Amino acid sequence: MKKCLAISIGALMLALAAPSLLPAQTAPAGEAKKAPPAPPRDLTGIWDPGNAGLQVMGPGKMRARFTPYGEELFKANKPGRGFTEVPVADANDPNDSCDPSGFPRNEMYELRPVQIVQTKSQILMLYQFNKIWRVIWTDGRPLPKDHEPTWYGYSVGHWENDDTFVVDTAGFTETTWLDNAGDPHSSDMRVQERFHRLDRDTLELSITIDDPKVYQKPWTGTDKLILKLQPANTELLEMICVPTEMELYKKIIANPAAGK
Amino acid sequence: MRTRMFRSAVLAIGLLAVAASVFAHHGNAAYDTDKTVTMKGTVTQWLWINPHTFLLIDVKDDSGKVAHWSAEGSAPADMMKRGWNMKSISVGQEVTLEVVPAKSGQPVGRIVQVTLPDGKVLQVMQSGGKNNSPTTDPTKE
Repeated sequence: MKKCLAISIGALMLALAAPSLLPAQTAPAGEAKKAPPAPPRDLTGIWDPGNAGLQVMGPGKMRARFTPYGEELFKANKPGRGFTEVPVADANDPNDSCDPSGFPRNEMYELRPVQIVQTKSQILMLYQFNKIWRVIWTDGRPLPKDHEPTWYGYSVGHWENDDTFVVDTAGFTETTWLDNAGDPHSSDMRVQERFHRLDRDTLELSITIDDPKVYQKPWTGTDKLILKLQPANTELLEMICVPTEMELYKKIIANPAAGK
Repeated sequence: MRTRMFRSAVLAIGLLAVAASVFAHHGNAAYDTDKTVTMKGTVTQWLWINPHTFLLIDVKDDSGKVAHWSAEGSAPADMMKRGWNMKSISVGQEVTLEVVPAKSGQPVGRIVQVTLPDGKVLQVMQSGGKNNSPTTDPTKE
């Protein structure tokens, strides 16, 4: 008998983990009660934005208008979503080759559960989607002036008050998109995240893009996205872009769907 | 292994407004979202993988010709929220599959729902209303 192909190793983990996973929006009875206050200067936990984190339509009206240079970069991108979308078979989205999403795309688009860990000098963000992590330095160092460009940038953060943590990131390669709608950025982009813990169970995230080469003004791509605290034993699922699985997808689905 | 005999396929074309799944990393540019196609056939593969799960079924028409349909779902993590798992479907099962078909006319589609032999229905796409991408630059409206 033919066996089901279970290429992803994480599939077993998914099946086992399923009973312990609840969508952030499923509230047990009695949760109408106010949650306890936020612990001071603490983002520790596993946080889930639910469906709102997917942001599959791109930033829409929230995006600032392009500069002429930005327009040029945008036209070269052929995304699978947005007002210039094309079939996957015709797209040139770096994600379709399993290239890294980079930051801030990994937070502005398909943000799934994320685990936050605090050490004495760092906050670590462990993302379910594509199983990547980011380091945010909290030891007071400034952003370096000419850091080598990277996919995820270089991040430093500080507490603005006891429940608001602000992160500044710079030093980006230009290779990544900001989202699945093909919005570009330059290597001069600066990104600011604001994490505002409203109460013990609720974290609010906003992300602002400042890239005058590409956008006429700064704009907020993620605006007060709500993430809910999950039980401590929640497992982050394995969701990895696997190049061979992506090629199979293109061969069996994407290319025939586009008539190729 | 001997494959089971296929039942007669029923290809029904429904004219519906079908919503795109909010879970898709890509839009519906390749798909005809004004209609769905429903068919009965035998599962030949069920792939529980990223970026999308997919289901392959053989569908036999009244003349005896067999079409090999490929249908994509969402990523496993999203499918699980809708009650699917790796063991939801088995090779050899006879299922009823409803898809949004590809514009190309190839036997490819996006899964709307699958009805299993025991009558259980598993859905992928939301019902009612379209959820396609905008067609003009929203920053210039």
